[in-house]
Amino acid sequence: METIVFSLLNGVIYGLLLFMLSSGLTLIFSMMGVLNFAHASFYMLGAYFAYTISDASSFWLALVFAPILVGLVGAAVERWGLRTVHVNGHVAELLFTFGLAYLIDEVVKIIWGRNAVDYQIPELLDFPLFELFGAQYPAYRIFTLFVALAMLVALWFILNRTRAGLIIQAALSHPHMVGHLGHNVPRIFMTVFGVGCALAGLAGVIGGNYLVTDPAMAVQMGPIVFVVVVVGGLGSLMGAFLAAMLLGLLQTFAVAIDANFADMFGWLGLSPTSEVGRISIASLAPMIPFLMLVLILMVRPRGLLGDREL
Amino acid sequence: MKLVKSAALAAAIAFVSTAGASAESLKIAFIDPLSGPFGPSGQAGLNEWNYAAAQINAKGGVGGQEVEIIGLDNKVNPKESLVQLQKAIDQGVRFIAQGNGSSVASALIDAIEKHNKRNPGQEVLFINYAAVDPAFTNERCNFWHFRFDADADMKMEAVTDWVKGQDSIKKVYIIGQDYSFGKAVAAAAVKNLGEKRPDIEIVGNELHPLGKVKDFTPYIQKIISSGADAIITGNWGADMVLMIKAAIDSGYKGPILTYYGGSKGAATAMGAAAVGQVKAIVEHNTNLQLSDAQTAYVDGYEAAYPEDNYYYHRIHNAMNMLAMAADKAGSTEPKAIAFALEGMTYEGPTGTLTMREDNHQILQPLFMSTFSDNVTRGVEKLPLGWVSGDADRIEADATRTETTCKMERPS
Repeated sequence: METIVFSLLNGVIYGLLLFMLSSGLTLIFSMMGVLNFAHASFYMLGAYFAYTISDASSFWLALVFAPILVGLVGAAVERWGLRTVHVNGHVAELLFTFGLAYLIDEVVKIIWGRNAVDYQIPELLDFPLFELFGAQYPAYRIFTLFVALAMLVALWFILNRTRAGLIIQAALSHPHMVGHLGHNVPRIFMTVFGVGCALAGLAGVIGGNYLVTDPAMAVQMGPIVFVVVVVGGLGSLMGAFLAAMLLGLLQTFAVAIDANFADMFGWLGLSPTSEVGRISIASLAPMIPFLMLVLILMVRPRGLLGDREL
Repeated sequence: MKLVKSAALAAAIAFVSTAGASAESLKIAFIDPLSGPFGPSGQAGLNEWNYAAAQINAKGGVGGQEVEIIGLDNKVNPKESLVQLQKAIDQGVRFIAQGNGSSVASALIDAIEKHNKRNPGQEVLFINYAAVDPAFTNERCNFWHFRFDADADMKMEAVTDWVKGQDSIKKVYIIGQDYSFGKAVAAAAVKNLGEKRPDIEIVGNELHPLGKVKDFTPYIQKIISSGADAIITGNWGADMVLMIKAAIDSGYKGPILTYYGGSKGAATAMGAAAVGQVKAIVEHNTNLQLSDAQTAYVDGYEAAYPEDNYYYHRIHNAMNMLAMAADKAGSTEPKAIAFALEGMTYEGPTGTLTMREDNHQILQPLFMSTFSDNVTRGVEKLPLGWVSGDADRIEADATRTETTCKMERPS
């Protein structure tokens, strides 16, 4: 019972964090066709900016300004980087973001050092919210949950209920038509790229002290974010949401389950002492995202809710 | 054409310069992670090797030769390490230092043995400063391998000796990284607890993937719901930092017995909440009462590398014993040094060290350290650090374990 409750909570929170990261990537990918390899680096930047700001002032200022800063950096990258590279085609853009990821990595190492920085949870939220089955549940985790939900609602509202959202959605599928209607499509692209990066930055702000803020965080998170986007389906925010939750839950449940292959497949005659029978479900957890990726590409190449083939 | 010419010229210059350098300097290739989740651990190791080299060079070097450290990044990947080993050998390097990851050490031991068999007169010596899989000094012992850290079994002896005296501990959870080292730690813990405290119930014995887990909270919640009074772990690097952070955040109150609680970043992640709760079995901590010379050595290191804390004391030991061996042998040939190292004793800052002749395992005093807020020397710029009392000292001889090694020496 406690396993289920804890895994549900942890899974949902991790899933929401993943969604926050991948929503920006999905937006950028579906609109500009750019697979932004540097997306996780913006997540890292968010965490580092938040660390610096909260060190100098307070976490709450960081919560507001770090994502904005990251968004501005993202917009600048689009305006002066990607846009110039764009004329050379998608491969050039891909390579550009690839290089950018390394560049950001190195810059972060130069500025903040190679080690984890002491980015701490704000004191106001540094208390156990409740105790469940003997284990305390940190309030900050629940706070993360609410921030992610608020972002989810806001994003949904902007995209579906406002004029700006309407234009963005139109620019996603018919950029030329939107341009002919008199909208400044490059500016829309820049805004979307900036907002996408800001969302990643926000994920960094609340994920950086929930996990650890170190120069390796981008490299660790990067592949998983891609899995979410591909599994969810290109261009589908809802799909990304589903994929992120699915991944978060599957991974945490896998860790929590105390069983090995022999327990599951014992009826096939698999003995608990054999090589295969000894493999525990928990040890498979980090493999799950990639297993999902492979399976989904085989069974349903356009992803859970995608409307385009890869 | 011009490009080819200049490339050839550059290559020639490079060749001449390395050939020139090898005549006067003794090169040690440091093959360890310098990037990725274990990058900080490796970088700290490299810094200490560089510092130890600078210190020994100031005293005349090893066998009259200046020591030069060449840092090579292996990303804790055995395959990558073999590429780097070949690269080092091609550059004329005859000494290899490695420590982070017994999986890597295992690959290096095999590769170096093969190389030495095929290239008599060009032998390479392996200085292992931290890879502690007991197999390397038992069934897989090798003449070309010397270990300057206590192995997983020796450390577990010390950890379980401490547990033995704690009557309140009734249930223990063992968690570790899923590779040879983690398995060795778990096996040693089960064996030792069974002998010393058969009443203790091992409520969990789990391995998690190396360097891949980002949130240990699910593991910790599992540990808490198992009712464990103490956690034993061999985790290091990011796996140590993240696990300990999750344990503190989830309100785990029992002792956490570690090998590498001193991993870089762990103190920051633990904070004041972990004071008195986290223990580490080490060969040195910076709050020991030591000689002025050693204090100056530590001060010098921390001044030279302000973002580091002095941690790998065994590197200091290894460098000094290397120099002693070169003097004793009157040569810097790896083979002569290896023979000189066998059975050698060294009066180090923490006491007398002996390199066992039978299996090439160092015997050195060990200290059970506790994370404390009452320290003269903090770590990671915090007022927190590691301390150990008089009762926490384990004499070198007491750490000796039986070995199954049948050493084969070259003629």
